[in-house]
Amino acid sequence: MARKKQLLETAETYVSVSMKVNGVPCSAKIEPRTLLVHFLRDVLGLTGTHWGCDTGNCGACTVIMNGKSVKSCNIFAVQADGAEIITIEGLAKDGQLHPIQEAFWENHGLQCGFCTPGFIMQAYWLLQQNPNPTEEEVRRGISGNICRCTGYQNIVKAILTAAEKMKR
Amino acid sequence: MAVSAIFGAKVKRREDPRMITGRGRYTDDVKLPGMLYAAFVRSPHAHARIKGVNIEKAKKIKGVVCIYTGKDTEGKVAPVPCAWQIPNADLKVPKYNPLAVDKVRYVGDPVAVVVAETPYAARDAAEAVEVEYEPLPAVVNQVEATEEGAPQLYDDVPNNIAFRWTLQGGDVEKAFQEAEIVIEQDLINHRLQPTAIETRGAVANYDPSTGELTMWMTSQNPHIHRFLISVMTGVPEHKLRVIAPDVGGGFGSKIHVYGAEAVVAFLAKELCRPVKWMEDRRENYLATIHGRDHIQHVRVAAKRDGTILGIEVKTYANLGAYLSTAAPGIPTWLFGLMLCGPYRIQAVKCEVIGVLTNTAPVDAYRGAGRPEATYILERIIDILARELGMDPAEIRLRNFIPADAFPYQTAAGPVYDSGNYEQAFKRALELIEYEKLREEQRRAREEGKLLGIGISSYVEICGLGPSRGVRATGFGLGLWESTTVRVHPTGKVSVYTGGHPHGQGEETTFAQIVAEELGIPIDDVDIIHGDTGEIPFGMGTYGSRTTPVAGGAIALACRRIKEKARKIAAYILEAGEADVEFEAGKFYVRGSPEKSVPIQQVALASYAAGEGEIPPGMEPGLESTVFYDPENFTFPFGTHVALVEIDPETGQVKVLKYVAVDDCGRQINPMIVEGQVHGGIVQGIAQALWEEALYDKNGNLLTATLSDYAVPTAADVPSFVTDSTVTPSPHNPLGVKGVGETGTIASTPAIVNAVVDALAHLGVKHVDMPLRADKIWKILKEKDIAK
Amino acid sequence: MYVRSFQYLAPKTVKEAVTLLNKLGGEAKVIAGGQSLVPLMKLRLATPSYLIDLNRVKGLDYIKDQKNRILIGALTRHAAIENSDLIKEHVPIMAEAASHIADPQVRNLGTIGGSLAHCDPAGDWGAVVIALNGEVKITGPRKDRVMKIDDFFIDTYQPNLKKGEILTEVRIPKPQPNSGGAYLKLERRAGDFATAGVAAQLTLDVDGVCRYAGIGLTALGPTSLRARKAEKTLLGRKVDDNSIEEAAEAAAEESKPTDDPLRGSAEYKRAMARVLTRRALKLALARATGGGA
Repeated sequence: MARKKQLLETAETYVSVSMKVNGVPCSAKIEPRTLLVHFLRDVLGLTGTHWGCDTGNCGACTVIMNGKSVKSCNIFAVQADGAEIITIEGLAKDGQLHPIQEAFWENHGLQCGFCTPGFIMQAYWLLQQNPNPTEEEVRRGISGNICRCTGYQNIVKAILTAAEKMKR
Repeated sequence: MAVSAIFGAKVKRREDPRMITGRGRYTDDVKLPGMLYAAFVRSPHAHARIKGVNIEKAKKIKGVVCIYTGKDTEGKVAPVPCAWQIPNADLKVPKYNPLAVDKVRYVGDPVAVVVAETPYAARDAAEAVEVEYEPLPAVVNQVEATEEGAPQLYDDVPNNIAFRWTLQGGDVEKAFQEAEIVIEQDLINHRLQPTAIETRGAVANYDPSTGELTMWMTSQNPHIHRFLISVMTGVPEHKLRVIAPDVGGGFGSKIHVYGAEAVVAFLAKELCRPVKWMEDRRENYLATIHGRDHIQHVRVAAKRDGTILGIEVKTYANLGAYLSTAAPGIPTWLFGLMLCGPYRIQAVKCEVIGVLTNTAPVDAYRGAGRPEATYILERIIDILARELGMDPAEIRLRNFIPADAFPYQTAAGPVYDSGNYEQAFKRALELIEYEKLREEQRRAREEGKLLGIGISSYVEICGLGPSRGVRATGFGLGLWESTTVRVHPTGKVSVYTGGHPHGQGEETTFAQIVAEELGIPIDDVDIIHGDTGEIPFGMGTYGSRTTPVAGGAIALACRRIKEKARKIAAYILEAGEADVEFEAGKFYVRGSPEKSVPIQQVALASYAAGEGEIPPGMEPGLESTVFYDPENFTFPFGTHVALVEIDPETGQVKVLKYVAVDDCGRQINPMIVEGQVHGGIVQGIAQALWEEALYDKNGNLLTATLSDYAVPTAADVPSFVTDSTVTPSPHNPLGVKGVGETGTIASTPAIVNAVVDALAHLGVKHVDMPLRADKIWKILKEKDIAK
Repeated sequence: MYVRSFQYLAPKTVKEAVTLLNKLGGEAKVIAGGQSLVPLMKLRLATPSYLIDLNRVKGLDYIKDQKNRILIGALTRHAAIENSDLIKEHVPIMAEAASHIADPQVRNLGTIGGSLAHCDPAGDWGAVVIALNGEVKITGPRKDRVMKIDDFFIDTYQPNLKKGEILTEVRIPKPQPNSGGAYLKLERRAGDFATAGVAAQLTLDVDGVCRYAGIGLTALGPTSLRARKAEKTLLGRKVDDNSIEEAAEAAAEESKPTDDPLRGSAEYKRAMARVLTRRALKLALARATGGGA
């Protein structure tokens, strides 16, 4: 036990994490079990990122971490130490909506709005990977997100429209 | 009725800017200083006696503030009331404790609640609460529950039967005597989990200095929640404020009153600190209401030419372990009343046996009763057509209520306000190129492909509803809707509505109504809803009622405002009121439009209220409060057609094409109408193909996570072709009917009909949902198609 | 949704990780991508006291071309495999399989090593690495071990790892010319756990005779399975409809599925083993002979 204790000197009840969220450096002491989504929402107050399941299926918590879309309920905040995160709050620049946000608005790509931040962040990543997706590719590309309101048709339309906008 | 550019326009939604930027405010976003967190201890047993609850270990966990068991809250939080007490059904309403006291009756039944400084500590402590159970045999199937020797959930509900309800119209006996053909069929309309992506939750805050308790909660109807939580907790109604902020989907599941929210209110008051509780998804699946769950037997009497003479239905409705808020009314009135569908069926008999089982309570889920009725009709009419060698299109045409027959009272009772079923039907068949598709199907069959075409025609009862009508069914309150439309001195308008849209877009459509009625820019209108501290008592959003009823109220309020404004304008213009015209926001004397008074000027005058401003003796101000009680329900209708292909080796069903033609009367915002239809269709397809709440025989929910409960993704569904016809409701102030549930009602039978059609040449008559690949494969194997 | 408390350890080297794991034993869990583990922790079905995070360990995230084989670091994300030119060139079946794992966000974090070590029979990599006759490198307190993938799967959620051992590398022999492979799986909806899946890899000689056949099965037994008899059926024979049918039949016989109330009966899954094996072999054949997508 003593050896184990010695070995675990690095393991603490609370850990410090620092990351850059939407370009702003931030740090806090948290329990290691704090999920990234809880860190963003409860510690940083960025409540635009939502959560809707326990199993990583719904995608409502999708954010961009070091350039990749991830489900922030499926990673501990401590694992994101040193990372650069973009959340829905960081997408509009200088009061100007991102083309994806515009396209969701123009195409009625949302109803209750709860899953929307996750879809927009996933679309953001998808269009970086594939600026010219087909409908099929969009549908597969957002298959890690669940929307219960829209039937997806207008979300798909919005993402295809956003792709066009972003080419301009 | 003049149609302006704004009414009927695809106006971008005004709720969107906050939601696409992450600035929406949902219940879980509410954070108050000193807030505590609650977590419920839930039963792992479907049926058990509680022998004891030991909280000692849990109490010691760091951060725990207090723990209450069912015994602790008994007498302090009253049982959950049932608000739809259907008459003449020998209804038994068993005691529904917010926290179980002596017995638990389903997996997820709450037993105790823990309050702690963090949600993590609350969950830790909930896990550490030790409950000693004496397990009892459980029953989950509603037919088995009524059988001799079945486990009994309550001492005072013999055979677990909560009610027996019947409805009869026309001469059913005669119909069956005169029948040239009688069809019988067993059908299962299985249980579903509503799955709003935002789970349920509440934040409660008590101010001991004023005695006021404020609750933010995931609610479709904040006033109903205030009313019933007040009754349960004893917090006087005028001291209880319920705020439903942005709500992340409801689909019926957030109409109801649950014990948990009342317990959270109680805790905040006891502790004088804010308390938050949010379900996780597992909890949501275990303990938030489920929907549907009927076991049905249907008989239909018909003539050889396809004319349906009568229908007889017997349904066992699974109600779950307790009677939820509206539970008795859903499988009875909302089901039985629609058993004639869009057809001229002269005789109907419906018997519903409501049964309590060791499962989560069942209540209204999108469509609520009406999908179950439509499913019966649309399946049975297909089966009948097959039996008679008729085309399923032809048999529907033969039975539709003709367009010139409206208003039309059906044998089941309701008076359909207006309709043109044939028109929508023909449009749908035209859009999908029905004849061509049948040809394609013939060719495909020759190649061994399994292609199926499914038609589903429906009529829905919504716009709930005329108070005298709904009160006669035993519903706890009338279903009118309220509004206050307030024109401010500068002519800007605030609308306070009792409706509570949570995705349906009425912050936009209501503003369109006001802009149209008052002739003002849409940006001059704000829609305020969801806060009992601001709005008049209102009934909320469900049953496709918000646009027809709350929207109707707003239109009427605007018209009353216009009446008063006209008087003021006439006074200012020194003209007779009868000579004053109103157009595009301006009053003028007939014949001289150049000399006009804009409504904004009238508004200012109404508040200035001086000589030359408003007529002597007139009350100042310009606002109107209306409680609109509709004279009838509204009856949207339509036809959906689906083309599916079955993989003959795997049994997988793929939806290839889907056409929906819906008629919801006049459309205020066609973009929003279309969106409602899209979403409804996917929920309906999901029931037909994938989703099923599944309990094992011991009452364990096998679909308690989103990995197990198969909600479709974008990759699982196609794009739909939607169109509409417009048959205004003659009695609604706006001619609108409601469209929130049509897609869900229509699409389920369209898909099942298509799948059965694909298998029909193999002699398949019916397959129960969900049409999972393994189930279809089994049939194909029996038919020697799959190996 | 709220995970039970644990202590977090982020070793910088494999050696440190191994030392920690060796000391902590069963109380510790290794986390790589975490896409299977975190959901289990949120449901409190997994409650480790210590979490050893491999994500800070340098040098475990790579795809390397080494003579006649491809080496993949255990921490390589599914998405990296999906998009790797090296993989697409030599073992396109891996890119195909990667693109079918769960969903895009999960693929951005989930790792091949984590997935294999999780030992879930519904995991996709097991069948694919079996079909490719791959090996895994195990690093532990003593000497590194390299074993055939077949030896790595002991039982459901039970990898062949001794105390303190970590899977660190996956080794895939480069298929010979005239090879082709396919991974097919059946799922209820996109991203669901597989109802059944089959990975098939073939190498033909110039006469179309089978020189190599690898067939792995997903969700068709307690672990990812090798359809040994099916492979034997093909070896040394011309791959055509007949031999494919025999192989499919053999794969179905060898599969050991169990009843699943959500995804289908054992009988159904066995039948799907046959259907998917047949389809995967046909696709693999087409690809090996230069046809097919």
